[in-house]
Amino acid sequence: MSASLRKFIITRILLTIPMVLILITLVFIIMRILPGDPIRSQLGPRVTEAQADVLRERLGLNRPLIVQYGDFLVEMITFDFGNALTQGERPIKDELAEKLPATIELSIPAVIFMAVLGVWSGAYAAKNRKKPVDYIFRLLSIAVYSIPIFVMGLLFQILFSVRLPVFPLAGRMDTVMLVSFDSPTNFYVIDAIITGNWPALGSALAHLALPAFTLGLALTGVFVRLTRVNMIEMLQSDFITAGRARGIPERRLVYKHALRNTFIPILTLIGLQFAALMAGAVLTETTFSWPGIGRYLVERIELRDYTAVQSTIGVFAMFVAGISLIMDILYAFIDPRIRY
Amino acid sequence: MNDTSPLVQIRDLSVTYKTRLGDTSAVDKVSFDIRHGEILGLVGESGCGKSTLGKALLRMIMPPGRISAGQILFNGEDILTFDDKRLRDYRGRQASMIFQDPMTSLNPVQTVEQHLVEAIQVHEAQTQTPDATGRIKTLLERLGIMQSRLASYPHQLSGGMRQRVMIGLGLVLNAGLIIADEATTSLDVIVEAKLVDQLREIRDEFGVSILAITHNIALVAEMADRVAVMYAGNLVELGEVSRIFDRPLHPYTQGLLASVPTTEINERKELYKMPGEPPNLARPPSGCRFHPRCPAAMSICSRHRPGLNEAAPGHWVHCWLYQDHPEKEEKTLKVAA
Repeated sequence: MSASLRKFIITRILLTIPMVLILITLVFIIMRILPGDPIRSQLGPRVTEAQADVLRERLGLNRPLIVQYGDFLVEMITFDFGNALTQGERPIKDELAEKLPATIELSIPAVIFMAVLGVWSGAYAAKNRKKPVDYIFRLLSIAVYSIPIFVMGLLFQILFSVRLPVFPLAGRMDTVMLVSFDSPTNFYVIDAIITGNWPALGSALAHLALPAFTLGLALTGVFVRLTRVNMIEMLQSDFITAGRARGIPERRLVYKHALRNTFIPILTLIGLQFAALMAGAVLTETTFSWPGIGRYLVERIELRDYTAVQSTIGVFAMFVAGISLIMDILYAFIDPRIRY
Repeated sequence: MNDTSPLVQIRDLSVTYKTRLGDTSAVDKVSFDIRHGEILGLVGESGCGKSTLGKALLRMIMPPGRISAGQILFNGEDILTFDDKRLRDYRGRQASMIFQDPMTSLNPVQTVEQHLVEAIQVHEAQTQTPDATGRIKTLLERLGIMQSRLASYPHQLSGGMRQRVMIGLGLVLNAGLIIADEATTSLDVIVEAKLVDQLREIRDEFGVSILAITHNIALVAEMADRVAVMYAGNLVELGEVSRIFDRPLHPYTQGLLASVPTTEINERKELYKMPGEPPNLARPPSGCRFHPRCPAAMSICSRHRPGLNEAAPGHWVHCWLYQDHPEKEEKTLKVAA
């Protein structure tokens, strides 16, 4: 690693701090502006004010807001997020350790699917510009972009697990198998491989298929568009014409020369899509009862579990920022003109 | 290969573009030869069809354009009949092209070496990379490109160096014809002069034919053996450089030469300005396309298109002044210059 690259990475990490700080501050404020509070969501409407105060005191919610905010910042920095306010008040760290892997396990195949299908269809459409296949791809990309993710998820559930029972309807693994399943990392696919539990691996992959496909497909639309437009521009550039004049085959010109030059905008979009992916994960996980961080977040927002929500979003933000940093570093490997 | 027969024979070549105004003939029934090992300068103003002609020689006319008539014989084979595979082989192995802008005609994410190795390997699948590298090193030495440049990316090279890499890409497969489309236009004069010298050297050393497409008449005078002059899609005059510059026959060529500035500062004469504008090729003038601007136009010029006529040995001209027709009334030649 060159000294300048190290400097770039350090600067980028430092720039991430105010970004995450602003975000978590906003979440902190918004959660408290929202009507309802964790006390009422836990105790219900029929308790007396005195009973509520007891719980409020125990959870530390009677302290001044500024103190709570300071505590929250300290917790974020030390990565010890304290305890949740509702549902058994478990340490948030434990909840995340259990649920984050589920979301990552869902996201990775979704991103791979999105990038491969999106980039390939975009390049193919660009190569066959103004031919029927181009119009079909463009139409499909608009369609998957505009269908809400939960509608698409429900549709696939009806099609592929109810009408045509190929894939399981919901969850991460067959309940029967889950009882005896040993999961040290909470990445079920990895755990199944490590322990050599092949039936469990099959079950995990089968459960993964539909939600990952749904999530990936929903994000593919933008990708097709972006790749197509950049490829068209690239295919009209001089070096492609020059390559053609040298007898370089058309396939090679499209998929090697032009495509590699469109990777910069593609990588940028992959980075940005990670944020959309997190939002998509919330909806997908709810639809498919996937016990990930997205579903956890929805559940805890409903309960107004302040600490759980703000910590989870803080982790989301750091994750997205980290991805975006990785993308920036990857640029330099793809384009020799970029040097840090 | 018989050296007395030309490398390329272009016969009645026409290129048309579909536009909203109807078919536009960018190149209209052009015929000429490119001989083995010659540098042929193809000159004319912007939009006269010279670049289109250059592209047509590699069958690189993209829709809405197409080669609508004629033949292009390369070593006796009509390239217009080639299938895709044969065409790919022809491009690169037999004919190659250098473009105007060296900044954009190399792939920015490939090194010089990757470009050259690729050019070899797409045409000779059996050539191993070490062999290819060996050949490339020999070639670069002859082109005056340092070995250390092989690992460079295009953005790390100067314009002149990039153009030399482009030439290298044309030569690495021993192509017989290099089409240089305004290849030196974007370079500064010193680099341009060097590159012109180098093109001549390459011609001497490799025996390639070079079609130098340019609007720069002075450049043609310096580097070419023969000159072809185009106007509005037509070939108007063709001959040895010395002939054309000493005794231009076509009124367009005469006007073109008269409008080139000279360094003779004593002479206070004004530069010649050709009257009128180049015609709209969707509706070209009848007869000779130059007649509305021609100082020597006769009544026949608007009615009939002149043929290409050998006015002197090896000096061809496309003008009624030098050929007879029953409807032609005599008129004495009085032109500018």
